[in-house]
Amino acid sequence: MISSTIGIWNYWIVFCLMMIGLFLVIGRKNFLKKIVGLTIFQTSVFLLYITFGKIKGGTPPILNESINTIYSNPLPHVLILTAIVVGVATTALGLSLVLRINSEYGSIEEDDVSAQDLVDYHDDIETGKTLDLKFKK
Amino acid sequence: MIDILIKNLPIIVVLCPLMTSLLVVLIPNIFFSWILTTLSTFLTFLFSILLYQEIQIHSHISYALGKWMPPIGIEYIIDKVAIIPVIIISGISFITTIFAYKIMPEEIEKKSISKVYSLWLLAIAGLMGLVTTGDAFNLFVFLEISSLASVALVAMGAHKDKQALVAAYNYLIIGAVGATLYVIGVGLLYGITGTLNMEDLTNRISDLNNNRALIAGFGFMIIGIMVKAAVFPLHIWLPRAYAYAPSAVSVLLAATATKASLYILARILFSIFENSENLINNTLLFVILPLSLLAMFAGTIMAMYEKDIKRLLAHSSVAQIGYITLAFAIGTKASVAAGFIHMFNHAIIKGGLFIAITSIGFYIKKRVTINNLSGLGKEMPITFFCFVICSLSLAGLPLTAGFISKLYLIKASISSDDIWIAILILISSALSVVYLWKIIEVMWMRDGRKIVIKENPTIYISLIIVTFLNIYFGLDASLVVNASFEAADKLIGDLK
Repeated sequence: MISSTIGIWNYWIVFCLMMIGLFLVIGRKNFLKKIVGLTIFQTSVFLLYITFGKIKGGTPPILNESINTIYSNPLPHVLILTAIVVGVATTALGLSLVLRINSEYGSIEEDDVSAQDLVDYHDDIETGKTLDLKFKK
Repeated sequence: MIDILIKNLPIIVVLCPLMTSLLVVLIPNIFFSWILTTLSTFLTFLFSILLYQEIQIHSHISYALGKWMPPIGIEYIIDKVAIIPVIIISGISFITTIFAYKIMPEEIEKKSISKVYSLWLLAIAGLMGLVTTGDAFNLFVFLEISSLASVALVAMGAHKDKQALVAAYNYLIIGAVGATLYVIGVGLLYGITGTLNMEDLTNRISDLNNNRALIAGFGFMIIGIMVKAAVFPLHIWLPRAYAYAPSAVSVLLAATATKASLYILARILFSIFENSENLINNTLLFVILPLSLLAMFAGTIMAMYEKDIKRLLAHSSVAQIGYITLAFAIGTKASVAAGFIHMFNHAIIKGGLFIAITSIGFYIKKRVTINNLSGLGKEMPITFFCFVICSLSLAGLPLTAGFISKLYLIKASISSDDIWIAILILISSALSVVYLWKIIEVMWMRDGRKIVIKENPTIYISLIIVTFLNIYFGLDASLVVNASFEAADKLIGDLK
């Protein structure tokens, strides 16, 4: 029982990272910290795939003469290379949005930003004034 | 020559917008970049129609990418189901591109317009790839291509209103979590089956009844796609993203983006997991059905209290997505067909409504709120006439496309002995009249400020096309209905 539980410790790490990442995304109010959480969340998935591909005693999948060689599956690694690229693109886009939010709002805390948004939103609905100015700009 | 073209059509409809998007970014001139974009979307639409004709003959086209035979290589599949979203996405994106020409320079800095067109084509390519691919992991890549491009497009609205940045940020974070959940699901399935090809997955899953990893993988995939499709409690990103995006972008996203994900949802439910009947039936009954009913009412009620018209339409989109998922949830052949009919009709209805609203925004140079609309009906008769037609279509009045989809949806729910669902659909449709009437009343019955507006033909041409489609498919729906029933036939098959 214990050996089988500890034996899959890779999956435990995946599980912990996944929950830490998801918690950061949901629980943090800071836009930058949310992106950190998202990256951790995605990294946990990379680890999950890599773990699938590993076989005990498996070698890299390079053809050799002996018949009894056990090969590890290379496909998950290839998939994860793609997923890493996607993850980098997501992070880059997210960070650039955070930069723009910071320069427009002067803050990257969700509370500050949504407080400003709320004022703006009601202003616009009642008078349309703020937006007229924005259009002239 | 033409043979080679026909043979490679499934990949060409993806590559055509993808490759031109790389080209468009190099052209600094607004007009030429628009021409190239229009040409590319038109060609994509043309190829989709060719593909439609091809499907009538062969009914299933499988394309092995790079001649690597499936299930090892990546496969592109076009069948009677996939052709419906292909036609919707390519057709609507062509109409929206025509509309974008005048609207874009109004809201986006001149120097970045060609980059916006490039992202625009990239989003379309992502969506086309999403619906044509037959490989579960390749689907994730296209999901991210389309959603990253749409996030960047939404963020371009920051030139007009800084709230677009926050909207885009939320869209990005929620979308990325959704896509990652989908990847976890695919990973779990790959772990137990050792394949990524969808057809191969279907076969291998049938031996694994009640495997716990299978059920977990299914759950992750469904949740991930439901985030992207904006099914009710996971729709939070949608209203803001649609409301603050540049006008042309909201039209494109509202009409196409969620449709692709809804198609994937149907594909997962009825095609990949068709052999685990118990799992699917439970999911449909205890997850999708209650959520769709909630979506129908929550979306409609949110729309009733909304004053910003673009947000109002976005909330109404949530309700309409509820109808489509409800149709899937009933799970009979007729109801799934009704879901596809509504998928098509909703694309032209919401496309029309968004085009009308954004062109009003173009003329009055303000955000379109309920107060800003008063009395404008008399100033812009063509735009408002089209708006009213599309509204009636959304509410489901006879002689419009919306009526056909409601008709088939109600017929399907009655024939599967769910009278109460039919009644709830009718109540929700009646409620949708409340918010539509609110807009129409303000436009026609109130006195407005005296502003003279000259309607621009380049803007209302696409509106007229969409309105015409709304009436045409209300009068003669045989094309859509037949295609949808064939699709449902293919999906449900001998399951029920």
